[in-house]
Amino acid sequence: MDLNYTPQQNAFRAEVRSWLEANVPKQPLEHYDATREGFEAHRQWEATLKSGDWGMVTWPKEYGGRGVDLIQWLIFEEEYYRAGAPGRVNQNGIFLLGPTLMEFGTHEQKQRFLPPMAAGEEIWAQAWSEPQAGSDLAGIRATAQRAKNANGDDEYVLNGHKIWSSRGAFADWAFGLFREPGSERHKGTSLIFFRLDQPGVTRNPIRKINGHPGFAEIFLEDVRVPAFNRLGDEGQGWHICMATAGFERGLMLRSPARYQAAAAKLAALWQARKVNSRDAGADPVLEADVIRAFMNAEAYALSIYQTASRLIAGAKIGPEASTNKIFWSELDIHLHRTALAILGEEAELLPSAARLAAGDPDWLDDYIFSLAGPIYAGSNEIQRNIIAERMLGLPR
Amino acid sequence: MDFTLSDEQLMFADTTRTLLGDTCTPEHWRKMMEQDVAFDAARWATLAENGFTVLMLPENAGGLGLAELDMALIAVEAGYVALPEPLTESAGVAMPMLAALAPDHSLLADPKAIVAIAPAINPVVAYADQAAAILIERGGRTFLAQREDVTLVAAPTIDPLRRVFRLEWESTRAEDLGPADWGLAQDRAALFAAAQGLGLAQRSVDLAVAYAKERTQFGKPIGSYQAVKHHLSSAQVAIEFARPVVLAAAAGIGAQDTYSRARVSHAKLVALEAADQAARAAIQVHGGMGYSWEVDVHLFLKRTLALTGAWGTPAHHRGRVAARLLSRPTGPDQTFAREAANA
Ligand SMILES: Cc1cc2nc3c(=O)[nH]c(=O)nc-3n(C[C@H](O)[C@H](O)[C@H](O)COP(=O)(O)OP(=O)(O)OC[C@H]3O[C@@H](n4cnc5c(N)ncnc54)[C@H](O)[C@@H]3O)c2cc1C
Repeated sequence: MDLNYTPQQNAFRAEVRSWLEANVPKQPLEHYDATREGFEAHRQWEATLKSGDWGMVTWPKEYGGRGVDLIQWLIFEEEYYRAGAPGRVNQNGIFLLGPTLMEFGTHEQKQRFLPPMAAGEEIWAQAWSEPQAGSDLAGIRATAQRAKNANGDDEYVLNGHKIWSSRGAFADWAFGLFREPGSERHKGTSLIFFRLDQPGVTRNPIRKINGHPGFAEIFLEDVRVPAFNRLGDEGQGWHICMATAGFERGLMLRSPARYQAAAAKLAALWQARKVNSRDAGADPVLEADVIRAFMNAEAYALSIYQTASRLIAGAKIGPEASTNKIFWSELDIHLHRTALAILGEEAELLPSAARLAAGDPDWLDDYIFSLAGPIYAGSNEIQRNIIAERMLGLPR
Repeated sequence: MDFTLSDEQLMFADTTRTLLGDTCTPEHWRKMMEQDVAFDAARWATLAENGFTVLMLPENAGGLGLAELDMALIAVEAGYVALPEPLTESAGVAMPMLAALAPDHSLLADPKAIVAIAPAINPVVAYADQAAAILIERGGRTFLAQREDVTLVAAPTIDPLRRVFRLEWESTRAEDLGPADWGLAQDRAALFAAAQGLGLAQRSVDLAVAYAKERTQFGKPIGSYQAVKHHLSSAQVAIEFARPVVLAAAAGIGAQDTYSRARVSHAKLVALEAADQAARAAIQVHGGMGYSWEVDVHLFLKRTLALTGAWGTPAHHRGRVAARLLSRPTGPDQTFAREAANA
């Protein structure tokens, strides 16, 4: 164990920092879920990142990355959040599908899909959930029927109804989970890509509780895609989805820097209010919560450094990924509730555009978003089941 | 940057687990409680023979010259068996301090010797009855008093496998060893308490898991019920996010700055909270059995209680985290920050 950065790692940090200082937009962008303009502004930012080869640093150079290891990815993320850079509109692509493609994709698929993903030219949505299949994902009904096109090439014809697809309202592509007609549960499933603007696809934005069209429901009617769009073998869909979920829960979806940046802002908020607000300043419970939020963010960071080091040493992500998902989602809610408690009588007020432009966090909107954490990426109840059954060995 | 344990460290932890698992079993606990003792001389001799008591002594003093991280791994295993003997406090804290103050002291030559330690921060001294001598903090100085030159007044504690004493002594009947690094000693002790907390917590979960697989109600093992599962999953989450803090605190303890102290405090807080959560969950999962003396879970609850208050209360440790948080730079790039780098 050596908890010191190497000179190369420090140099990498310095490089990231100076690039971000020169390139991060001075004014915050409109949220990518709020409007098409906000979405496209974020796409533009992805292109800027790509121009500096920062799209996804862990990928090999030929796919638009820098071929660096997970520790450097963490350093990149730390600098990214430190700089207050825009949210990653393509997180479904770079953090979920990307690593999965890297593991299960053919060389041709990687060449076709990864570079435009790293550049933000193709932005991805995840289309797994269905109205009748949420926690019980193996209950999906959407089908992929084998067929031939006019030239005799293998195709799939997709039919079904997907829902809660994040970024689905504006994204270009989706990776969906489908089943062979007549198959059941985990068997006969395949992971298949389709374009969200292709014939037969209808998408209806769904408003989130903050009012933004942050996700969509997607109807597929005889949507034809080449067999090339299937990731992994036919019938291997469930297995691949679980690997994706491992990356999602265990490492990439929520980098610790996100919470450390928020905890630092919370500490600053607390210090300002302690002096200026009679109520907040006299409440020792608030300070204990601020300390707790800081410790949680630190613990999460240390745990991810540990995971990253283990993966570099050749280990694989296992069911302990479920402990991660519970920890970050719960710490996020606690942190934001603490912020609102400190804001006190002002907590209900929407922040003014001027304050957001000045770099103030949007505590209220971030709090509302934190409430989704225990639901998406597999609800926390499901994660607790997984821990009990696969880590602790309790009976089903 | 490499947050992994070495193969030797993993092997060492494994050996320790086996050795302690064999020599400190539920039968041993029960026999000791029956006999109303909290020290097993045979086990202590085995620990000494296997080098555990000289682990942190410098090599030129006959020790193994290992670091806090190695001792912390042992402490986890000590917690897992609720080890009654003062392995971490004597071999992990007192002996290294004595070696730093008086490298030629005759006590250092005896691997079986126990030295108790009495910092100003603790109102009672643990295990003093088994000690050859006691290191005492007074006014920034350090005194070494022989066991027979002090009066020990037993202070009954709830933990049946732990003994603590109030100490009456006079500086005229003790050796004045001058100023010592009590800050380091306290950090080490808090760290090892945290590491024991991890072991205590895991044992509570493991005991409850074993019971939940066997005990049936309504025709099914109780471990198949989700309410039972979720108690234990939540405890396991707490353990998983205390462990890396303990390891990082151990690896960084040498810096002895605001950052390293805060990390030790963080470790102590969350590891013993995990132990507390796990012990209470385990009692609940055992039902009426969990409330009985017959089931061993209470030992883990009680040791947790003892270690939570010893070597700095939670309030003390929260204060040290607050000092770091509110007086030093924070943010995503500060996870491994040190004083020197910020100077
Ligand atoms: C903000 C957000 C973004 C999302 N993004 C996407 C996306 O991009 N792509 C996508 O495919 N999906 C997405 N989802 C959907 C998400 O994965 C599902 O909402 C989630 O899996 C839960 O499924 P459900 O909504 O059908 O709830 P249900 O499965 O009906 O669950 C309802 C409640 O019952 C509980 N429950 C269900 N089964 C059990 C059980 N066995 N034991 C204990 N409790 C149980 C759940 O924990 C939950 O509390 C998103 C959801 C949200 C909120």
